[in-house]
Amino acid sequence: MSVIEIKNLTKKFEIDGHSVKALDHVSLSIEKGEIYGIIGMSGAGKSTLVRSINYLERPSEGSIFVDGVELGNLTEKELRKTRSNIGMIFQSFNLLEQKNVSDNICFPLLIGGIKRKEAMERAKELLRLVGLEEKEKAYPSQLSGGQKQRVAIARALATNPKILLCDEATSALDPRTTASILRLLKEINIKLGITIVIITHQMSVITDVCNRVAIIDGGKVVEQGSVDEIFAKPSSDAAKELLANQKDLYTPREKLHEARRIRIVFRENSAFEPVIANVILKCQVPINILQANTRNVGGKAVGEMLLGLPEDEKKQEEIMTLLRNAGLSVSDTEYVLENGEVEQNE
Amino acid sequence: MNEKIMEMLIRGIGETLYMTFGSVITGYLIGLPLGILLYVTGPVGLKENKVIYRILDFVCNIIRSIPFLILLILLIPFTRFVVGQSYGSTATIVPLVICAAPYIARVVESSLTDVDTGVIEAAKSMGASNFQIITKVLLVEARTSLMTGFTITTGLLLGYSAMSGTVGGGGLGDIAVRYGYYRWQTDIMLVTVALLIIIFQIIQMIGTGVSAKFDHRKR
Repeated sequence: MSVIEIKNLTKKFEIDGHSVKALDHVSLSIEKGEIYGIIGMSGAGKSTLVRSINYLERPSEGSIFVDGVELGNLTEKELRKTRSNIGMIFQSFNLLEQKNVSDNICFPLLIGGIKRKEAMERAKELLRLVGLEEKEKAYPSQLSGGQKQRVAIARALATNPKILLCDEATSALDPRTTASILRLLKEINIKLGITIVIITHQMSVITDVCNRVAIIDGGKVVEQGSVDEIFAKPSSDAAKELLANQKDLYTPREKLHEARRIRIVFRENSAFEPVIANVILKCQVPINILQANTRNVGGKAVGEMLLGLPEDEKKQEEIMTLLRNAGLSVSDTEYVLENGEVEQNE
Repeated sequence: MNEKIMEMLIRGIGETLYMTFGSVITGYLIGLPLGILLYVTGPVGLKENKVIYRILDFVCNIIRSIPFLILLILLIPFTRFVVGQSYGSTATIVPLVICAAPYIARVVESSLTDVDTGVIEAAKSMGASNFQIITKVLLVEARTSLMTGFTITTGLLLGYSAMSGTVGGGGLGDIAVRYGYYRWQTDIMLVTVALLIIIFQIIQMIGTGVSAKFDHRKR
């Protein structure tokens, strides 16, 4: 059974006597334990959609089922109870500025009637999980954006929710911090088995962590399916547009299982030389380019590539030596490239 | 300056502080809940209620638009009914409270309105009830601004308590009017004015200091 089931959801807003449809007959089902992405341009209705999942927005029509229970049938009190089982994080973090980190994390526990001592214990545990043990007594104003979001994640997880909603949670963060927050979300998903719903306008967020995705445009779901499927064959205009904005091309994960993967980094003009082609000619073995990302930085070509090497270990060493001799830095890697992040080795 | 005048001035200071703080505290007992109600029923509130909001809004505006001196006189029968007499420090507290409560309500409403709506939404998403949002989010997050409002209100009531001197309200204002205005004893008037300035400065200083100490937003 799906953990979240959205059926025919329509939401209308009355603005100056006009009725505006923010969501138009949206139906989605989100399975237990998956990371589900919802992507769309600004104003597509995705924030309204995620707020409907915990009934912060009441639907004009349609229904929302969480764990098989229709939220529209619940009393205020039951609804509040259900909400405490759905964690939520936000673009602007929304921490209590006048409370320190551990009090922020204790907040959902204390309002749920849990004893202070017990709540403090739990806060410590969660701070360990998000890697901020030493910031226990700090106030939000003393933290960086990434740290604030980590605290917000710890707070959202305090009540052991089954679902975590992320409303543009990485949109206010720089690419490096975004990557680390996404890694944390993925880790939480695996460790705790929590279902995560991610709302974003950044395609890279979807490709980094999501299993399935829905694309919404003008309040309607125009496409949904597995991330790999949609990347392979985008059918809607909105999907094509979102993909066109994507700087680095997406490589489906299963294609990354090569015998050995290495990451090479170009500096200065080496990106203009046919380094890879030369190596292939010399060694007479195929080299698979898994991902590539180069750009012009102040007139110099800088970039990185992920290469898949053949199984023969001797050949692997030969290739790596040749690459090093061409002035590239070469290292083994397990990961795909982080969104457009170029590391410049000095 | 002879002893009698000194004694009178000290009693004046005491009466002034009694009127000021008596009316501020009583004023907050009425104004704080009223301000919360204004916020809650208001356009961005937790439970918008146009009827209640419009009534409160109207009453607040009416009282605030009456000049204090007029209010003081208009309320004489009411004051007599509550306190038993219409002159003296305790009697002055009545019109001061009536004047301050709607003002405090507005100041509180404005402080609460300034609280980031995102934080309120986050609290809702955690399953907080409206009462919990008021007591554990709004009043906590707005506390610096509420304290600043308290300080401003106290300063205002200090001035108004002095004004009540014209109708026999007691305190430093009373002394200033009786000696400075009716008896042409300018020196006594100047001393009372200086004392009022000093009291005002002390209140402002403590208020600013305390609200800064409790503010964790910027460090």
